[in-house]
Amino acid sequence: MTTTPEDLRTDQTPLAPGAPRSGTTFLGLPTAPRGVGHLRGDRSFPDAARDALRDGQLRANLGHATTTIRGKRARVVAELPDWAQLRAAGSALKTATMARLDEHLEELERQVTARGGTVHWARDAAEANRIVTELVQATGSDEVVKVKSMATQEIGLNEALEAAGITAHETDLAELIVQLGDDKPSHILVPAIHKNRAEIREIFLRTMPQFQGEGADRDLPDEPRRLAMAARAHLRERFLRARVAISGANFAVAETGTLAVVESEGNGRMCLTLPETLITVMGIEKLVPTWRDLEVFLQLLPRSSTGERMNPYTSTWAGVTPGDGPQDFHLVLLDNGRTAVLADEVGRQALHCIRCSACLNVCPVYERTGGHSYGSVYPGPIGAILSPQLTGVEDNASLPYASSLCGACYDVCPVAIDIPSVLVHLRAEHVEAQEKPTAESVAFRALATAMSHPRLWRLAQRAASLGRLLSRGKPTMPNALPFPASAWTRSRDLPTPPAETFTSQWAREHGGRK
Amino acid sequence: MRVALFATCLVDTVVPQVARATAALLERLGHEVVVPSGQACCGQMHVNTGYRREAVPIVANHLRAFAGAEAIVSPSGSCVASIHHQQAMVLRRAGEHALADEAEALAARTYELSQFLVDVLGVTDVGAYYPHRVTYHPTCHSLRLLKVGDRPLQLLRAVRGLELVELPGAESCCGFGGTFSVKNADTSTAMLTDKMANVLSTHAEVCTAGDASCLMHIGGGLSRLRSGTRTVHLAEILASTEDAVTPHQTTRPAVTA
Repeated sequence: MTTTPEDLRTDQTPLAPGAPRSGTTFLGLPTAPRGVGHLRGDRSFPDAARDALRDGQLRANLGHATTTIRGKRARVVAELPDWAQLRAAGSALKTATMARLDEHLEELERQVTARGGTVHWARDAAEANRIVTELVQATGSDEVVKVKSMATQEIGLNEALEAAGITAHETDLAELIVQLGDDKPSHILVPAIHKNRAEIREIFLRTMPQFQGEGADRDLPDEPRRLAMAARAHLRERFLRARVAISGANFAVAETGTLAVVESEGNGRMCLTLPETLITVMGIEKLVPTWRDLEVFLQLLPRSSTGERMNPYTSTWAGVTPGDGPQDFHLVLLDNGRTAVLADEVGRQALHCIRCSACLNVCPVYERTGGHSYGSVYPGPIGAILSPQLTGVEDNASLPYASSLCGACYDVCPVAIDIPSVLVHLRAEHVEAQEKPTAESVAFRALATAMSHPRLWRLAQRAASLGRLLSRGKPTMPNALPFPASAWTRSRDLPTPPAETFTSQWAREHGGRK
Repeated sequence: MRVALFATCLVDTVVPQVARATAALLERLGHEVVVPSGQACCGQMHVNTGYRREAVPIVANHLRAFAGAEAIVSPSGSCVASIHHQQAMVLRRAGEHALADEAEALAARTYELSQFLVDVLGVTDVGAYYPHRVTYHPTCHSLRLLKVGDRPLQLLRAVRGLELVELPGAESCCGFGGTFSVKNADTSTAMLTDKMANVLSTHAEVCTAGDASCLMHIGGGLSRLRSGTRTVHLAEILASTEDAVTPHQTTRPAVTA
């Protein structure tokens, strides 16, 4: 938590010209709209987490997966002697890019257009869904193949396409598992992290056409290789038929109009090269100014996400190339609350995220509660700061509190996002937005008054000691505290305050000595 | 050296023996200990729960209480981390720039106990005697914010009679997190359960740490299990000598529900 608001303050916040210097969110900028997309859950984090905590299989799956990937990441990061410098470079590049985001986006638009692509600007999820739906409809196709993309998950694109009679086929293996299982992703990198191979086998047998009907072979063991082969057979047919593909983007290079997707399976590359039309939906924060900037991020990302030295497939494309690959390319630039995030001088560093998911894999809260508890498509520590900012903190008010502030997320973040400080900042935004006093705010304000007046504080301490005298011999006090502190004493004993505080005893024994 | 002791609100009120042990240890090492009477709280709990504005007068009180102190020592990694990383930020945000400068200057003179002993006083053997099997939990804020590193382990290794055993999964959070343990009680309990299993797997008699709050949490859980393993603050172990073994009271509830 060494970053101060002063470090983050830049003199140029072009997309937020009215952003006040005090740092409070500039209310004039729209947040992500309600009723569309997947940034809000139905329940608060503690409620959703309670169910997840009861699911022993889920905890076992998650614990196993995160422990494995944590170890892999630590090993490959330790190989690089200049990791700290790379991390600082990644952070600095992001800060500098955000400070002139408008210029870089305009440059990107010029370059994409010059290379035969078309750029669309989408204010929010509803607008982006409408643009993409119309583009697909214009091709006459009623189905699309998709490259794994967080942006399209965020806006609920699949559901919007479905409403228009268009079927979207996810092609990333884990996204496919989630889609076929009629489930939701629970991890940024490994959307099906909460499923084990027996559960995956069951989903495949139940939903893949090759296992249905008379004479179909139902012999599918839960070996990872055989499961992957089944998915491959299922997907191949879709790749060869597809006329339209939809992707996200890991990076966009402003100076050349280049889009980049990094992946492990090659399914994304099939989508990016085989269809006639390619539509990319990209959050406006994903761009880097120059081709050379990729050098830093293509080292940081794979080591932090999959624990690999380099990701197996890096695909880049700029506009269209006659006779090679898609002949019609559209880039949809998505805001959906990002400009509002950019206006907050402390919170804006959440936009530096390169979606590696290292913070999820080290988070003790994520490890036990899983991704669904966070309600949004962005789970874990980064989700706890990104989702409330995109929606406005009141729509995701429990997320900034879904952390013990242990700081493990900040330690592993490849672009050094100070997640604990942003969490604390968002808690304050939430408290300060409350119009009516709550029981908690009354208690905290009273305690603050006592703690800033030594005489009052001594009286309050004496009251705590009085509690001890009252409790003597009675097991109900103060170990069983009233609500909400009873939540604590349900599983822990509270020490009984002693008769005399240290400072009072010291003053008594040392008399006039201060 | 003349050392001002910041007991912290929790230690002062709930586990005063930790502050007594800190004072005794520093005096035994030949230093003069003063306890400024106006001290109350560093403001961390308010800042971390979102009461940033309310923390301003608390921090101002802290600055008043320790204004003249040459060196300030506290037996709490998380409170010292708050003094280093939050106090000035909270004041600057409230427009109190002069006070924020003061807070930065005060933070530069404020030390967590193990850092003070090893870095400032240059001692790792404090002459302690503690004949018990002990495991050490490096609390999150000591570990990641203050970066105390292996200083507490250096100190523990020099304690006569003490058998130090490594804690599996030492670097994972115990689940306390201040009001996190109330607002997300079930998740906190799940984290605590794993931490306790790791502590018990060491067969240590004592789990120690540099933070009374985390120890209160872990100790409260262990007490509920009737495990026999107890939590004792690092300061109490270091204050223990063959002549005067500190009684083991830390975070051990007098009453159990």
